[in-house]
Amino acid sequence: MENSQFIIIAILVTSLATFISRFMGALTSEKVSINSKIFQWFNYVAYSTLAALLGRMIIFPAGVLSESNVVIRILILIVCIIIFLSTKKNLVLPTLFSAILLTVLNNI
Amino acid sequence: MINSKVFLTGLKSLKGSRSPAIPLAACFIALGALLKDAGFNLQQSAASSLFTYALPGQLVMAESMLVGASIINIFLAVWLVNFRLYPMTVSLFPLLEHKSQPKWKYYLSCHFLAVSSWLIAKESYKKIDKRHRIDFWIGIGIGTWSTAILMTVVGYLSADYLNKDMLVGLAIVNPVYFFCMMIGAMKNVGISIAVTLGTILGPLIYLITTEWALLYAGLIAGTIAFLIGEKSGK
Repeated sequence: MENSQFIIIAILVTSLATFISRFMGALTSEKVSINSKIFQWFNYVAYSTLAALLGRMIIFPAGVLSESNVVIRILILIVCIIIFLSTKKNLVLPTLFSAILLTVLNNI
Repeated sequence: MINSKVFLTGLKSLKGSRSPAIPLAACFIALGALLKDAGFNLQQSAASSLFTYALPGQLVMAESMLVGASIINIFLAVWLVNFRLYPMTVSLFPLLEHKSQPKWKYYLSCHFLAVSSWLIAKESYKKIDKRHRIDFWIGIGIGTWSTAILMTVVGYLSADYLNKDMLVGLAIVNPVYFFCMMIGAMKNVGISIAVTLGTILGPLIYLITTEWALLYAGLIAGTIAFLIGEKSGK
């Protein structure tokens, strides 16, 4: 298979694999009441899965982030959470700070 | 068909000190540069964010291609990493449901479901009249989705000007932003346990099984949080 064709098929397959979960979620939602226990359970599972993904992104990242030191990443995360909590939950400051800090520390 | 005032309120969530535009821009710029590295052309890179719009899945696709994985393997790897979108949709869409709204709005707008849009919607849906919540969601979705596509293009075009350290710096913005947002969402015992336990179990289970780690960690941590949350009445 030609490389360009392979890329197009990979994009389509990736999009399909992603949309399936979203669409199944939309269909399931029609049968779920917000006052039900199952809705509460889905809510907790959603937060946990998201937290698991974020934890993995910091400890075992994919892409370029894997080229930085894990201790530095954890340290930056802790510092940024402290900034977030001490600035009345401002999200722009800790995120900008994280990028600058990691760029500098990764260069040392 | 769509309430433009509510739609614009959703769209405007891109502004301000809680804006998701900065982390979205940072991570999709890094993705655009990575896709160029993986041999994608500009149109293919933009199409990837247009049709997939789920960063972890796109990263898995690019990395799988770089190591020469088959199409079937790419499908399975992406499905497993993006399966989180299923419980995320089920925990959001019932809050946006209204009998007067057509089903197609829900079926099409589920494509906008991503971590950024989900967290914004969960945080602010109560401020919107039940009847128009889906239009609010479409506003948030169009804003975050178009930012992601645009920034993938910017990342692709600026790849040659970004050195490795800068790309590494951009890549950490995403988990830092979402961690902060998750901490902001920890308003009761159940959610606090779900987030804390999920963060610990995600990397731990990853040591045993890389593909199934997210699913197992989410199910175990989420179920424990549910049981404790129910017991504590919250």
